[in-house]
Amino acid sequence: MLAQALRRTLLAIPTVLVVIIGAFLLMHAAPGGPFTSQRQVPEVIERRLERHYGLDLPIGDQIVRYVGGLLHGDLGPSMKYRDKTVAQIIAEGAPTSAVLGFSAMALALAIGAGLGILAALRQNRAQDYFVMAMAIIGVCLPALVVGPLLQMYLGVDLRWLPSSGLYRDEFGLRYLILPILTLSLPLIAVISRLMRASMIEALRSNAIRTARAKGLPEWQVIVKHALPIALLPVISYAGPALAGVMSGSFVIETVYQLPGIGKQLVLAAQQRDYTLVMGVVLVYSFLIIAFNLASDIMYRVLDPRTRAS
Amino acid sequence: MTDLLYDDVIMPRAIRGRSLWEDARRRLMRNPAAVVSLYVVAILVLLAIFGPILWIYKIDEIFRDRVAIAPTFDHLHIFGTDTEGRDMVARTLFGLRISLLVGFAATLVALTIGVAYGAIAGFFGGAVDEFMMRIVDVLYAIPFIFFVIVLMTLIDTPDPFVKLMLIFMAIGAVEWLTMARIVRGQTIALRNMEFVEAARAAGARPMEIVFRHIVPNVLGPVVVYATLNIPVIILAESFLSFIGLGVQEPLTSLGRLISDGSGQMINAPWMLVTPAATMLIALLAMNFLGDGLRDALDPKDR
Repeated sequence: MLAQALRRTLLAIPTVLVVIIGAFLLMHAAPGGPFTSQRQVPEVIERRLERHYGLDLPIGDQIVRYVGGLLHGDLGPSMKYRDKTVAQIIAEGAPTSAVLGFSAMALALAIGAGLGILAALRQNRAQDYFVMAMAIIGVCLPALVVGPLLQMYLGVDLRWLPSSGLYRDEFGLRYLILPILTLSLPLIAVISRLMRASMIEALRSNAIRTARAKGLPEWQVIVKHALPIALLPVISYAGPALAGVMSGSFVIETVYQLPGIGKQLVLAAQQRDYTLVMGVVLVYSFLIIAFNLASDIMYRVLDPRTRAS
Repeated sequence: MTDLLYDDVIMPRAIRGRSLWEDARRRLMRNPAAVVSLYVVAILVLLAIFGPILWIYKIDEIFRDRVAIAPTFDHLHIFGTDTEGRDMVARTLFGLRISLLVGFAATLVALTIGVAYGAIAGFFGGAVDEFMMRIVDVLYAIPFIFFVIVLMTLIDTPDPFVKLMLIFMAIGAVEWLTMARIVRGQTIALRNMEFVEAARAAGARPMEIVFRHIVPNVLGPVVVYATLNIPVIILAESFLSFIGLGVQEPLTSLGRLISDGSGQMINAPWMLVTPAATMLIALLAMNFLGDGLRDALDPKDR
């Protein structure tokens, strides 16, 4: 298993390299550049700016230069925020996005798994139908509707929670409660559906029939024997999904006015801030690859069938 | 990111023979939620096609004396008017039309790419498969939003209809990845079966086997996935509208109406409620229908 993990880690290097080249070419294929919007700057200055950032070089040389910088841990300067480096911008936004995404996923796993198990144990009964109907509704509610509504009722009308903005003072986390809730709703919906389906299947398996035949108490059958098998699909889903939510959500960060990297990516892509786009894309690819690997390893650890062999 | 939401689809094994389709239809009809959803979807599609033609107001008709009025039976503004004095019924119907169109068209694009790609990779196997699926891995590792933003800006056009086509293409071009994986898995399961061998013995060329014999047999799970994917694409379009890259005036979509409406939530809440409720009904019906189809086509429950 260690060899397998090592092989996958090594395989991640060419993948990231191809991601860099692909994203770089795609970014440069889009019309316009970081300095073209400012028509008031004279040609000469625009050329000089481009030369300063190496944009006058052939695209191949630019990629080599960029990767060379990366090897030294240098993500380059931002092309729009003149006095900041990409590393600084990401360091400012990433913690908020990461805390937000991680908490949302933790909450979703706890609630979603609980609801899914409940629905599976009460299959085709009222509780099951209720949970599954809620799950479908959860998938159907876009954050750009839920966000403003929660903000209005809980934040503005009832004044229970701050409705927007993150001030890192003593109660910083309070500002994240509504965003976490909004972000976790669709995750809860998906996880509960996954959990229900796999739990139903696990409960029908021979391993569970054996456990019951041995006369184990029902809760022990469910928690100790069925749950580890039933969790497997949830884990394969949760890895990449966690990478997705941790790398920021534009809608959530905009609605609740939070400083995250999801917003930065969209703005940077629209303004052709090449280096910043590449920086956030790299963070995302790194998370996706890392969490995919992590969820695969966890899969193997939990799966009794692969453990035996 | 959104395509991950539907990885939970439990894919039925390949469907064999016509009687199983008949069987599936009967099972679907026994599921009340799916039947109701089927009717709701049918009504919505009819409303989307004929509603904007039949309704008394047009989407761009402006009434300067009736700006942002709440739902009322006066002048039949039953959903009210927006902040520019346009009838919300007309706008919602038209938005529904565009949203459904985007959902169907982009799914069709994703379906075409994904099925062809997955079937070829799965059928030929070996180095071809390895290479093709590595490309999919790489594409998975690039954020969806970045991809769509760049694709949307590749062709800079003021024409809203060309822009609409671009939305189909851009969303379709990122949504085919999961489809390709599903089809590849199914194809691998099928490629050593007798009927493929028979086709080969009869002298069919490889591409002919893929598209004439393999593809029709993997359509079951593909249809289920596509049904569940339409709502995801409608949400993706609403996200594009939210960041200003979606449907352009004079066209509109439910996502765009919602995004406009959420800015007027306090002084004209009906501008948010009407399109949001319409979208919710459409997405719910399609999800229940997709779920019903999946259950109906799942041989494990038979």
